[in-house]
Amino acid sequence: MTAMTAPSRTRGLLDGPGPSFGEHLAAHGPLPVVDPHTLVEEAGLLGRGGAGFPTAAKLRSVATAAAASRRAPVVVANGSEGEPAAAKDATLLVLAPHLVFDGLALVAGSLGATTAYLAADPALLPALSAHLADRRDPVGVRLHPVAQAFLSGEESALCAALDGRPALPRTKFPPVRERGVDGRPTLVLNVETLARLALIARGDDLAAASMLVTRRMEIGGTPWVDVVDVPLGTRVGDVLRLDEAQAVLIGGYAGTWVEAGRAAHLRLDRESLAPAGAALGAGVLAALPSDRCGLAETARVVGYLAGESAGQCGPCLNGLPRIAAALDLLARPGPAPSGLLRDVQRWSGLLPGRGACSHPDATVRLVASSLRVFSDELARHRAGRCHGRYGHPFLPVPRSPR
Amino acid sequence: MTRLTVDPIACTGHGLCAELLPEGITLDEWGYPLLARGELPRNLVRTARKVAAACPTRALRLRDDG
Repeated sequence: MTAMTAPSRTRGLLDGPGPSFGEHLAAHGPLPVVDPHTLVEEAGLLGRGGAGFPTAAKLRSVATAAAASRRAPVVVANGSEGEPAAAKDATLLVLAPHLVFDGLALVAGSLGATTAYLAADPALLPALSAHLADRRDPVGVRLHPVAQAFLSGEESALCAALDGRPALPRTKFPPVRERGVDGRPTLVLNVETLARLALIARGDDLAAASMLVTRRMEIGGTPWVDVVDVPLGTRVGDVLRLDEAQAVLIGGYAGTWVEAGRAAHLRLDRESLAPAGAALGAGVLAALPSDRCGLAETARVVGYLAGESAGQCGPCLNGLPRIAAALDLLARPGPAPSGLLRDVQRWSGLLPGRGACSHPDATVRLVASSLRVFSDELARHRAGRCHGRYGHPFLPVPRSPR
Repeated sequence: MTRLTVDPIACTGHGLCAELLPEGITLDEWGYPLLARGELPRNLVRTARKVAAACPTRALRLRDDG
């Protein structure tokens, strides 16, 4: 994994000279004592974990819940990154861990939290532990190893894991901001959100106006993956090399396929992406090379996503495996059983809004976008042909069910 | 306004609700409840309360939104 820095108006999250506390202080200076509430409000900071929720609103609701319950809240830095195609959180935690710790210290101090966690891949924890030893934060940070599963970073699942229970999502009533870890009001923020907060606190007005993007593409047939810090509003065509691409997966596995020609002109912000049915999500941009079968790629991902269902809610438990199996058939050249496409569409209609978390909703959205964008390929398959060449899969999927 | 809600984790698809309150609940092809959208008609609220109380897993609930 390399970290590259795209042209950026801000100093950028990944531009520091190195990850150590000394290098961090040299690059950014000490963390000023500020109130994050008004700062994130003014900066309009949106969460970078996938949902894009306004950080100010989250902070406010945890503060309100803490005051009402008279219990000290818990703050959690979420670096779970269960999305197999994403690498931005891990990259950030390796290159600029102290920005994340600074952000966590800020929200902990402002909320009067007595407990702070950072949840991340176990492989990252030894280095993070060493970095923590260099700091003197009033609220010590506990490091939590996250099991690598797609839903492990879903905030209610993460809170359950921090409480020592299985990492499964639960219903949203009451929300974790009211009753999360240890039954206390809990603020869960993505690590990039916290790092941006640390820059905003230092007066970087543009910190909220950039995003970390994990780019996946092929250049001259060679796979290329990196993480870049990109100003919001940048055209997708200026972030990815699209000359050899047929479509772009925007957002990640909970995201949306868009034709390459259309994607090139889309700007990376909420308002511009919405008309294309896309969202920034977990900050993944994957340019599917023109010599792959988009249906086969999607079928493989959806098979993985079906296996990652927590299996708690009937519609998801029943619907996703059926949709995955059908898509697997549609992804092969040759006539598929009649009515199969209609089955997929009917099952897809039965899932949204009927699970405890948004996993089924996001998965059927991905499926719908694949059937739209790769409709020519569907027709080709019906005629017994496929233009994907035999080769390595493009989108990464963990080998066995995790 | 009173609405039906279902806790999707608690619901295990007994299907009793759809039998007792067909005006407000049907079942999907896997036996899980599909709730009529929007407000519950006033004349159904009393029955719906009884049906919710009869749900074997207590997954069916009525929510009063002011």
